[in-house]
Order: sequence, then C-alpha cells, then structure tokens
Amino acid sequence: MFCLPYNDLNKFKVEVCMSKNIFRTVLVAGLSFLMAGVVFAAPSVKIGALFSVSGPASFLGEPERNTAVMMIDEINKAGGIKGHKLELIVADTQGDATKAVQAVNKLIKDDKVVAIIGPSTTGDSMAVIPVVEKMEIPLVSCAAGIKITDPVKKWVFKTAQNDALAVMKIYKNLQKQKMSKVAILTVSDGFGSSGREQLKLQAKEFDISIISDETYGPKDTDMTVQLTKIRNSDAQAIICWGTNPGPAIVARNAKQLGIKIPLYMSHGVSSKKFIELAGDGAEGIVLPSGKVIVADQLPASDPQKKALLNYVSKYREKYKVEGDHFGGHAYDAVMLIKKAMEEGGFTPVAIRDQLEKIKKFPGIGGTFSYSPQDHAGLTSDAFVLVRIEKGDWKLIK
Amino acid sequence: MDDFRQLFQYVLSGLSNGAIYALIGFGFAVIYNATGIINFAQGEFVMFGGMLTIFFLTILHMPLVPAILMAILGSTIVGILFERLAIRPLKDANPLRMIIITIGASIFIRGAAMLIWGKDTHALPAFSSNDPLYIAGATILPQHLWILGVTVLIIIVSRFFFNHSIVGKAMRACSYNQRAAGLVGINVKNMVLLSFALSAAIGSLAGIIIAPLTMTSYDVGVMLGLKGFCAVIIGGMSSGMGTIMGGLLLGLLESLGAGFISASYKDAIAFIILLLILFIRPEGLFRKKETERF
Repeated sequence: MFCLPYNDLNKFKVEVCMSKNIFRTVLVAGLSFLMAGVVFAAPSVKIGALFSVSGPASFLGEPERNTAVMMIDEINKAGGIKGHKLELIVADTQGDATKAVQAVNKLIKDDKVVAIIGPSTTGDSMAVIPVVEKMEIPLVSCAAGIKITDPVKKWVFKTAQNDALAVMKIYKNLQKQKMSKVAILTVSDGFGSSGREQLKLQAKEFDISIISDETYGPKDTDMTVQLTKIRNSDAQAIICWGTNPGPAIVARNAKQLGIKIPLYMSHGVSSKKFIELAGDGAEGIVLPSGKVIVADQLPASDPQKKALLNYVSKYREKYKVEGDHFGGHAYDAVMLIKKAMEEGGFTPVAIRDQLEKIKKFPGIGGTFSYSPQDHAGLTSDAFVLVRIEKGDWKLIK
Repeated sequence: MDDFRQLFQYVLSGLSNGAIYALIGFGFAVIYNATGIINFAQGEFVMFGGMLTIFFLTILHMPLVPAILMAILGSTIVGILFERLAIRPLKDANPLRMIIITIGASIFIRGAAMLIWGKDTHALPAFSSNDPLYIAGATILPQHLWILGVTVLIIIVSRFFFNHSIVGKAMRACSYNQRAAGLVGINVKNMVLLSFALSAAIGSLAGIIIAPLTMTSYDVGVMLGLKGFCAVIIGGMSSGMGTIMGGLLLGLLESLGAGFISASYKDAIAFIILLLILFIRPEGLFRKKETERF
C-alpha cells in the first residue's frame, strides 16, 4: 500500500496528538512532583484524635476537637515542628467504647498515626488502652478518671485533673474554716460515683465526717427531698457532685428551702452554663475549677498565666465563644506532644520517652511534670477555688 | 418540731411534684378516652411546650405571654401533623399498632428536637417571683402554685367539656365504640384529630409551666412522660379527679419513699407502683369496674 486511505491518515494524526497530550501530562506531572518535593521537604506527621464530638459527652468532645484543630493549624502556620507539618485526624467516638476501639484501630493501622490525643471520657479511654499498649502508640487522654494512669501504663498519659485533686481542694478549704461535718449529694452516674468514692476515701485524712450521703438520678427534676434530709442533719456544708443540669436544680432547690450552710460543687459545673441555669441559686456557691475561667484574675507570677491568656483569647477569636477547661485538656495534649516531638523525635517510641521526661510544663490544666511513676503529672495546685458572685467567677485567694 | 417540719416538707414537695405528674398524665387520658390508644409521644409534647417557649423568648425576643401562646399553638400544630401523617394513613388501625407508632414518633420527635435546638438544657424564668413561700416551716415556690392552679383549672374545664358539650360527648362516644359512634353520625376521624390537638395543647402547657422548675431540654419528655403515664394508670385513665389523685399520690409516695427509705429508689418506687397497679387493679384505684368496656 503506497498511499494511506484518508481515514487512516486522520487516525494517525489523532494518535500523534494524543501522544503529544500524554507527553505533556507526564511532563507537567513530573515537574509538579519535583516542585512538590522542593516545597514539602519533610513529609507531614500524622496525629490521631479520639473525641466524643457527638453523643451525650459532646460537651467534652466538641471544645476538645475545636481546640485541637485550632492548635494544630497554628503550629503548621508557624512552620510546623522542625520543618514537619502536622496532620490531625479526628475520629468521633460518640462516647461509645465500641466505636472508640474501632476508631483507634483504624487510626493506628490505616492512618499510621504516631501519637493519639483523647479520648474524651474515662470509659472510652479504658477501652482503647489495651489497643495502644499492644500496638505501642503513645496516648494522651483528655479524661479525668484516676484509673487511666493508676496503675501507670507504659504508653498512656493524661492531661485532665483527677477527681481526687478536686476533692482535696474542697476538703482543704473546709479544714481552713474548721468545718468537719459535711453532707454529700452525688449524681448516680460515672462522674458522680467516682466523686463519691473520692469524697469518702479522703474524708479521714482531713478529719471530716460525712454525716449524710445522698444521691440523685441524672434525669431527676427535683432534689428538695434529699436537701430537706440534709437540712435536718447537723451538716456544716453540702458538697454536690454532678454535671449539668442536676447541680443547677440542687442550687435552686437549696435556695427554695432556705438552706444557709455553704454549698460546694464539683469542677463538673465550671462553665457559664451552670450560672445561667441556676440563676439566683448560684450566688455564693464555691467550686474547684481549672484556672482557665479566671485566667485574668490570676497573679502575674502564676506560671500558667501566659498559656491561659493565650488560649482564652485565641479560642474566643476563632470560635466566638468562651474557651473552657475541657478544651484546655486538648490544648495541653497537643502542646505536650509538640514538646516531646521537638525534643525527642517523630517515632512513637521517641515521643513516649520524651513525654515521660517533661518537667514543669505550664499548660491549661496545670503545670505538668511526668515521670516513670506518674503519668497524670499534676498536683492539687492545678485547681483553684472560685466563688460565684454576681453571676461571675471570683477567684478565692 | 423539726421532724414535723421535715415530714411536712416531704408532703409539700411530693404534692407539688404530683401536680406536675397529674397534668402530664391528663394529656394521656384525653387521647385514650377518644381513641383507646396510649400516646407514648405525650412526653414529647411536654418537651415541645418548654423548648418552643424558650425559642420564642430568647431567639425571637417575644414577651413571655405571647411566647407561651405561640408555643402552645406550635405544639398543637405538631399534634395535628402527627395525627395526619402517622395515625390517619394507617389502614388496619388497631390500638396496639397505633401505640407502637406513637413510640416511634416519640423517638423521631426527640431526635429532631435535638438537631434543631441542640443538647443544652435551658431554664425558663419563673412566672411570678422566685422567692419561696413559707407554710408552717416548709417552703414552696410560687411556681408550684401556678402548677396546682393550672392543673385544677384544666380539670374543671375538661370535665365540663367532656360531660356537657356536644363535641366532648362525641369524643367519649368514639372511645366506647367507634363503629357505633360513626353510625349515629359522629365523624370519628375528626374526633381523633381533635383529641390529638387537645392533648398536644395540654401537654405543651404542662411543659411550659414546669419549665421554670425542672428546666427543659430535648430529652426531658422521657422521664416526665413515664411519670405522667404512671399517674394516669393509677387514676384509671380517667380525664377527671382520678388522674389528679393518681398524680398527687405518686408524687407523695415518691417523696416520702425518697425521704424515709432512700433517694436512690425514687424512680423505682414510681415504677413498682405502676407494675402493682397493672397486675392487681388494672382499672385504676379510683374507678369503678367497667367490664363492658372491652
């Protein structure tokens, strides 16, 4: 055949065109690959996060997620850690231990994270601990339960203050006022029973006798009966342990019954929501809280003040609401891991070993000093006592 | 003296909670008496009352009274929609099926409310003052008097409505025998619709007047609905004094039980009473046996 039929010629042209196109694509791809190599000299480091963003514990998980996202963004904007950008992968546990375990497996096996922040609740934390221990990935929990780090587990740390420290703070204050007979009113859920356990455990140490031990259900709408019982005892103070809305009803009922003895609450209600719900009943109530709600009232000498003000103003700017101490737990977890990466390295082992060496690190929840014997890292000065005055927090010095 | 004061406070607390249960229970009775079904979404109407009032009050900045009226209107519309969309399209409408539908509807409404208004708890300001009133050393809040007053008022009005007005009588006829009622010219379907509207209105009113005390959130209807159900079972599903007595008795037993045994058993007491009544005297404590009803 000497001459190509017209059709074939056309096809030939098309093929040339196509191969030209392919060539161009390859060229562009190759160039951009090279350029990408120049810009992203170091690969990004993946950090996993398990928060109960939805579900009953969303009041913990939501501010924690917001805070973690905000902090990681900020670290990346400042150039990352030693040139490595951080990538945060958030999984929602919905406060469900089964989902938490699924999520932690996915984070470790599929996403290959080097460290994990969270979970938000004690239940979720206990459920994922066996997994991280086996896979050897450092976990910095944001939950408060004492059993997370007691006994110490090699790969598990936590940033939230133990209930024990809050109880200690209240008892010290009672002792100072020479009060020895208290009534306790605790909610019958995980938070309340853990508080109740600690209140009973530490009472002897502070020469305090619990003369009335009442409970209420998490969905109860009236606590006048329990408070009437307490009113009729010779208790000198009432300690109520729960999270909203129960304690707000207790505060209102106490006012209704004309109870004059001081009312103490737990750190579970240290948010503005409590004051809003309890209304007039909130006046005069004393509670231990993380320092974040009274950051501007702290003395300038406080080592945490800088971190606290930094966090409060950033959070307000970004999310238009007040940051609370729950979000603070995530702030601390991110900053501790960042410090461990700066001084150690980016492998799980290096991060874990370095976390254990952190001393006197000023965070939101307190000043952290970890050691091989202590993975909780805080002392009772992590809490301050605040009194509610005119609908606002007032630091008790 | 102190013991008496304590006892009296238990009684007063019990009665004021009992009035809440009675009012919620009353909503159950209205639907039951017109249709023979137990509406387990009744607690959700209670929730709607409180949440809608908060919504109109704080988001739309309406004054309290218009906000309350709008909330009742809103809940009534929800009640009507509920009947139109979930009850009426049912082909073979036997009560058991409808009861199961109401359970599904209650879960749906609760979920929707959570998505719309979030999970936060809200408090409504008290209608009058917030200062406690002292009665023989025991205290009660003015809001409790509002609850008692509204409960009594609703009972009186409904008694008149069911016994003396033609529409009320027609609704009762439907509950006795729907086919016979239809044969004498009563529009049974409209009566069912009316009963849902009525009980939604009463439920939301209950939710509104208790919100300053118990606060309100998307899931407040679950427990209050169950307590109201207990009250109406004790009262024998009557839309009169029976339910009031049932509610007050329940509140009283709860509060005395919590006071003298342990507060941990407060809810258990309510449900043990419910079971006992259902086993031993299913027609309720305050009703003569009416064997011809079923």
